[in-house]
Amino acid sequence: MPAQKDRWVSFLVFLLFSISQCGSASLQQEPSPQHYFSGLEAGKASLQGLVRVNCPKEDVSRYCGKENALRKAFLFRGNRLIREFPTDALFDVNSIVANVLALLFNEVKYVETLADLENIENVLKGKSNMVFAYVPATGTAEHRAVMEAAFVYGTIHQFVLTTEAALLKATSPDDPDVSSAWLLFCHCQQVPEPAQACRRTALAQPLTLLNIHRHLKLMGAPLVTEVAEDPEKISTVHLQLGLPLVFILSQKDTYEADRRTAEFVAWQLLGKAGVALLSRDLVELNVLQRSNVALKTPDEVGGWISSLDSSALERVVGCLLISAIDLPAFPEAQGEVSFLIIQRICGFPIPGMFFSTLGTPGVLLSRVNCWDWPGLCSQENVTQFPTLRIYQQGQQPVTYGGMWGAEELSSFILLQVPCPLKLATMAEAEGYLRGEFPSELPSHHHTSLLGVFSSATSRGLLGLVGLKYSVSPPALLLARSGGRSVEGIALSEHSVQDMLQMIRYELLDIFPEITVPNLPQYLQLGKPFLILFSAGDISQVESEEMLKLAKGRPQQTFVVCWLNLKKTPVGYGILRTHFSTTPPLPLLLWVNLHAGGQVFKFPSEQPITEMNILLWLEKLQAGLEIPSSKWAQVYNVPKHTLHCSQELGLACAVSVKVLRSSHWCVTAIYVMAVSEVPP
Amino acid sequence: MAPAVCGTLLGLAMYASGLCAVSGAAFLYRDYCVIGAGPAGLQAAYFLQRAGRDYVVFERSHAPGSFFALYPRHRKLISINKHYTGKSNSEFNLRHDWNSLLSHDRRLLFRRYSRDFFPNADTMVRYLEDFASLLKLRVQYNTAIIHVTLEKNEQAWNGHYFLLTDQDKKNYKCSSLLVAAGTWVPNVVNFPGSEYVEGYETVSINPEDFTGQTVLILGRGNSAFETAENILGVTNFIHMVSRSRVRLSWATHYVGDLRAINNGLLDTYQLKSLDGLLEGDLEDLAIVKDKKGKLHITLRFYLENRNISAGIDSITLPQDELDNFATRAPYDRVIRCLGWKFDFSIYNRSLRMMPGKGNIKKYPQIKPSYESRGTRGLFVLGTASHSVDFRKSAGGFIHGFRYTTRAVHRLLENRHHGVPWPSTVYPITQLTNSIIKRVNEASGLYQMFSVLADIILLRENATAFEYLEEYPVGVLAELEMQTGRKAHNGLFVIIMEYGRNFSGADKDVFYYNRAVGEAQHAWQSNFLHPVIYYYKHLPTEREMRLRPPDWPLPRPNAIHHIVEDFLTDWTAPNAHILPLRRFLENCLGTDLRNFFAESCFLFAFTHQKLPPSCQQGYIRMQGLLGSQELRQHAVQAGLLQDYTPTDLSGDRPPDSHHGSQEHLTRDHGIPLRPLQHLVNAKDEL
Repeated sequence: MPAQKDRWVSFLVFLLFSISQCGSASLQQEPSPQHYFSGLEAGKASLQGLVRVNCPKEDVSRYCGKENALRKAFLFRGNRLIREFPTDALFDVNSIVANVLALLFNEVKYVETLADLENIENVLKGKSNMVFAYVPATGTAEHRAVMEAAFVYGTIHQFVLTTEAALLKATSPDDPDVSSAWLLFCHCQQVPEPAQACRRTALAQPLTLLNIHRHLKLMGAPLVTEVAEDPEKISTVHLQLGLPLVFILSQKDTYEADRRTAEFVAWQLLGKAGVALLSRDLVELNVLQRSNVALKTPDEVGGWISSLDSSALERVVGCLLISAIDLPAFPEAQGEVSFLIIQRICGFPIPGMFFSTLGTPGVLLSRVNCWDWPGLCSQENVTQFPTLRIYQQGQQPVTYGGMWGAEELSSFILLQVPCPLKLATMAEAEGYLRGEFPSELPSHHHTSLLGVFSSATSRGLLGLVGLKYSVSPPALLLARSGGRSVEGIALSEHSVQDMLQMIRYELLDIFPEITVPNLPQYLQLGKPFLILFSAGDISQVESEEMLKLAKGRPQQTFVVCWLNLKKTPVGYGILRTHFSTTPPLPLLLWVNLHAGGQVFKFPSEQPITEMNILLWLEKLQAGLEIPSSKWAQVYNVPKHTLHCSQELGLACAVSVKVLRSSHWCVTAIYVMAVSEVPP
Repeated sequence: MAPAVCGTLLGLAMYASGLCAVSGAAFLYRDYCVIGAGPAGLQAAYFLQRAGRDYVVFERSHAPGSFFALYPRHRKLISINKHYTGKSNSEFNLRHDWNSLLSHDRRLLFRRYSRDFFPNADTMVRYLEDFASLLKLRVQYNTAIIHVTLEKNEQAWNGHYFLLTDQDKKNYKCSSLLVAAGTWVPNVVNFPGSEYVEGYETVSINPEDFTGQTVLILGRGNSAFETAENILGVTNFIHMVSRSRVRLSWATHYVGDLRAINNGLLDTYQLKSLDGLLEGDLEDLAIVKDKKGKLHITLRFYLENRNISAGIDSITLPQDELDNFATRAPYDRVIRCLGWKFDFSIYNRSLRMMPGKGNIKKYPQIKPSYESRGTRGLFVLGTASHSVDFRKSAGGFIHGFRYTTRAVHRLLENRHHGVPWPSTVYPITQLTNSIIKRVNEASGLYQMFSVLADIILLRENATAFEYLEEYPVGVLAELEMQTGRKAHNGLFVIIMEYGRNFSGADKDVFYYNRAVGEAQHAWQSNFLHPVIYYYKHLPTEREMRLRPPDWPLPRPNAIHHIVEDFLTDWTAPNAHILPLRRFLENCLGTDLRNFFAESCFLFAFTHQKLPPSCQQGYIRMQGLLGSQELRQHAVQAGLLQDYTPTDLSGDRPPDSHHGSQEHLTRDHGIPLRPLQHLVNAKDEL
């Protein structure tokens, strides 16, 4: 049996665009201008102001006197003239600032050829980093932004500028737009030997001062931050700048490898997200051993997920970022990796709550907010919220159709075994019925179904199985509770629908404990319920009596069941609705959910035995018993009828007057609606 | 005989080549012919191509968008190209992108072509070229259609074929004709001396040519102000004359009126810097040239029975009688900027392409379905179709007609190819959600307010509904026939409206308290806001006809306004969603709240009929169980009751909620029951 370890199970939950636009990570956040300008403090003193001199009026003879002094700009520091230059190069504020800074500060190197650039790069290797910018023309807003950034950061990084489109083409990976500016951060400081090239990180946003500042801040931050704190409390440059932070969990034994992985991942994510290495040995974390990655956005900490080995880690992280940052990349990403997307349910504080305890190998949780990505949601034909969908490479997506509970969802995800699963040996067949094969199945108990169909290739196995469980194909084997009881069911000419119905029926218990998740399965039978309410587990005697009753008539016309009030406390709500006070327990009720809605109470003075119950039921069916309660009323639709009176008076009166029809009064309905919301 | 034979053979061999012989003359056959490869023609071509239809676009120029190659003369488009909205929702972002056409190709967003908020018209030409070539639209260039006539044929889609003739006498035959030719014939006024008037289409755009001149501009639209803006700084002064007062788009909420970007002349007029604005009927005008070449304004009245050629001295000027006559100063130039009209000349009489009446006479008469009133199967698209919403919505502009063109395409798909209007069926529990989603992101509803509407068709017993987007609301009565969908069980119409009596050329749109903030005053909202109409039955043609003037729809059974919002973000739980849900619940008599599985469990044992969210969710084994964490949260928020036995004592005194429950009960007749917590309004939030 080939190990399924490298199989990527992928899931996608589209949840809820629903009510508000919650869950949209504020990735576009930028530091406030104050935040930024505090960084400019150092350079602020240098450019004090601009004075215009009108020569004929004001006699500044020293400058006006010169023949060609008109339309010139003079740059002073203190009272010393530093430079003069013609104003025809200064067509607006941007060009003035850019040119003045260029003159004041000739640290920015201008290059024309690739060779020039490489020369500078070679000189810088091992010493400092380089910021290389292409601007389509000087004197533009982008040029100004680069010069201003150089003014602040020029002492830390070497700034290099060009206006040559050829240089842009040589440094940019794909076909660049020559009318757009472009900025690269070249990591030359860490390069040990001249033969090695400097890594480069491009600025993905438009070239503005704020973006450059942000980019340089990110480049200046440590590649991998080692942390020893609760992820909830940690804040880094990335989070402050509105970018996500990826946590990678490490252990003492694997520290070196984890560190390398983290660095590798960090290089991939540079400028888009931060990476923190969190030591499992230093922090008390309630995380499964196999979980090792989490994502923190400025809004929330996501659940821990796991990836099998560190080589796969970077793909996991890539996907996380796809889900969180770049959803338009979804169609492309879907082909190679697989992931699960979970969306926050608005109003509920559940970042990944259903899944936080899972730690399923190879499962990637992801989420799509359909408010942000309407195209994707309509392309994937998501019409209900929430929606959970599994995407698995090479397979059709599967939409989850079960209860939205943590346990149900985890079984669904864990049970993603190949379907149909092909069994080759008797051992495998028995193992499967016991719930032990394939090995990645969850160990908690579940029911196994084995179809026994004739096929040319597996005749030998078929015979063995048929012999052991005394069935002949076509048949179904149903194994409950770890294969301790295996039932054979012969299949005759059934349609798939019939077969499904039959399997569902077979899966029902004879004397079930009714719970919130399993009630719908029994409701589908359309039969009355004989239900025993118990404060806790039912006693041995009662259990046996009830079981006898249930087994006594194979084609039962009613469902015999019990309800554990400790486990299902909402049962108290049922009792309180039908009886003014909670009657003594245990309590046996006959409830016909489908006809008339009558409730009959088994006399509490009688012991609960099969005989007593049967006698009572006979009387009941003969109409000799009086119902204890009857909920004749249909479910009450909350009525928001409008009365043009009281506090509504004004709005209604006006609306009637304006619209000349009493129908239109409903316009003002929300007066009532709003008043129902507690302040 | 030949034409008939050809008609029947269309489906056979000849169809493939598209060629047919009529009386010896060859012609090309296409199911759809589109006249004009401007934005609307290309937009129509895009939808036809995506649907795999047999079509061709005729363009008289050698490239698409020939109007934009010349106009606006000063090259600045006044349609906004907004790059940043802070949102990633592509549909929402189209609300603020007035230049892009609709396509699946993300490269064809206008923002990728220009960074300017008001882009250059050359960029539009380049964009349209790319749109046609990247999408491989079938455009036949250098083909000017000079004549269109009909050929009766019972087997044709519409009982006739359209026969088109181009400048080389080549013939084309089409089953359906889509006219996207725009309005390009300059409006001209004839009066004595009008030969001295220069047209906007040819006037110099070099300000130096106007240095020290005195200029009179005829017209008061965007082209007139654009022309004035260009020369404002170099002229002695500019006077502008038109029949009616200037209409400012920020006061009328109509993008075709004077936009703030061009209105520098209003400043210089009102600040008394020599320029000025006058109202007067251009038909009464006369211009006389003096010996120095100066142009004098006089009235036609004075010229009657006089010969202009007799010389200026013999003509009475108004100032001779009224010495402070406003335009007594002579002008150096008179420029005509009176807009354009549709070219009616190429259509044969039998097509009955008639001009509209009154202020829509520049457009052909069409129905609200964009089909010509005179000829079945002829649809007018783009700017020429603006008579439907002239001076109201955006149907004459790219950001509006890209949606009406799509609507026409959907009507045609249903009519000729049996493809019903696209729709999505949702369970009723998604009703509030679907509406909130659309009113918050839909661009078609937003741009084409009061013209296009989303339609929600209810299924039997209101258990599900069908959602149709952007249907032309003027043909609501024909919905079943036009869309192929059934409306037997009532419908909601979702539309966006400005408050009545708010917009107008003479209205003060800045008055104090112009916006309402509270949900109970929603119906008084002034700015664009969503309105939901509920009809138990589809309105009839008669009801549509008899609807109050200025109302997009006849009187509904119920109506709901979602209160206007400063951010146009209608997602506030209390002010927007809750009132909407209540309205929908009232109309349908059903409960649209979402319940936890536990509440459904309780309902199942205590009620006969469950609310839809339980029926469609929990009972089908899809209820929300949540986790322990979620349960706790729900209990804390008062959404679920905690039944654990510690809480349980038979005669427990009423808890803190009790008082408010009693209050609610007294006021609103909700029975006080142990289930009261489930009827809490917060349940759905």
